[in-house]
Amino acid sequence: MYQQQGIYGDFMKLITFLLVLTLTACVNQTQKTLYEQLGGKDKITQIVENFIYEIEFNETIYEYFKETDIQRFHDKLIEHICVNTGGPCQYTGDTMAQVHAGMNINESDFNLTVDLLINAMTKADIPHPLQNKVLAVFAPMRKDMIYK
Amino acid sequence: MKKTILQQLFLWPFILVTSLVYAADGKLLATAGLTQVEGSGGGGIVPWATLSGYDSQEQVSVSAFNTHVSVDDYQLNVIGLATSFYDRVEFSIARQTFDLPNSVIGLGLGDEINQTIYGLKTRLYGDVIYSQFPQLSFGIQYKKLSDGAIAGAIGAAENQQGVDYYLAATKVHLGAVNGYNLVWNLTARATKANQMGLLGFGSQPKQDHQLVFEASLGVLLSRNLAIGVEYRQKPDNLAAFKEDNWKDIFITYIPNKHFNITLAYADLGNIAVADKQQGIYVSTTGYLW
Repeated sequence: MYQQQGIYGDFMKLITFLLVLTLTACVNQTQKTLYEQLGGKDKITQIVENFIYEIEFNETIYEYFKETDIQRFHDKLIEHICVNTGGPCQYTGDTMAQVHAGMNINESDFNLTVDLLINAMTKADIPHPLQNKVLAVFAPMRKDMIYK
Repeated sequence: MKKTILQQLFLWPFILVTSLVYAADGKLLATAGLTQVEGSGGGGIVPWATLSGYDSQEQVSVSAFNTHVSVDDYQLNVIGLATSFYDRVEFSIARQTFDLPNSVIGLGLGDEINQTIYGLKTRLYGDVIYSQFPQLSFGIQYKKLSDGAIAGAIGAAENQQGVDYYLAATKVHLGAVNGYNLVWNLTARATKANQMGLLGFGSQPKQDHQLVFEASLGVLLSRNLAIGVEYRQKPDNLAAFKEDNWKDIFITYIPNKHFNITLAYADLGNIAVADKQQGIYVSTTGYLW
């Protein structure tokens, strides 16, 4: 067993590395809201506008938005992201369950829309780790969005 | 060996073409995982709760994989196919070819050991990303040796076939490691297999299934790149052939939902009296449908 310390060492190093990163993450989070890390209202507006652009050019997902009031979607989604990332906003739209009722969004299309949101964030120069933090905020809402 | 590699080189362009046209794409990139060394959807040496393809609840997927392990005294080549239905049930078939060193070939029991593994896995609960608790799957691997001569000669209780049963839990934590996605898997396996079954199943004093634990831990550095470690506890049934637990560290490149490649450094310990077997593991999975 002792001869195998090389790879054991690597194993332990990785775990230590992960722990340190997690701890660093905890420290950072207490300092700044996700809203601030993203770059506030301007950046969120940019993400939402990129997202709408992505949707408009995706045949499959645009189907779901044919009847949508895009201006309202634009305004409410900005509020929604702002509020849920800890920003100083008020959400005045409907609940996720209400918004998605009757749309019968399936799992593939949901994930495709997540891909579009990722594209929207990438085009807004949101770094990969911040993108993940945004996705982590919204992932638990999926249950109110699909197969409704 | 050379022939097999050559065959695979011809196979990949075909896979790429069908993949671009037909492959299921309903899961998020990387969430299909990889194909493990016994043909099940997984990490590299550990079966995961994830199913093998990019099929969502409305889709069916077919994938093909090749894994090559080259350690100090041995080589293992594996090719296989897996199909997954509606992100619910996975069927897999894998063919393992274990090249023997000259010292063993001299004994006249053949120059390689071949084993076919038929896998079945079903997702019991959850989604690797979205559910509150980890995705949970139950699987079996039915292992059939082509020729039990070596397994019989070295004292395996059963030299033809064996069945492994496993329960796997897998979870992705979005942004958990300073914004990077973390994936972990924990698998409990009941097995009799000596070196995955290549050296038969059980021994005279140890004829029952044993419970072993296997784990994987990884971080996604980007949408396309993952690094991590794996650990696989092994039974140690054969008196004359000590068997060690397996470990590896890996890096995986996932350019798209059609193809991925994993490079790992594996430490497989003692294999059939050859001690400290370490080396390179290379695995590719292509998604055909």
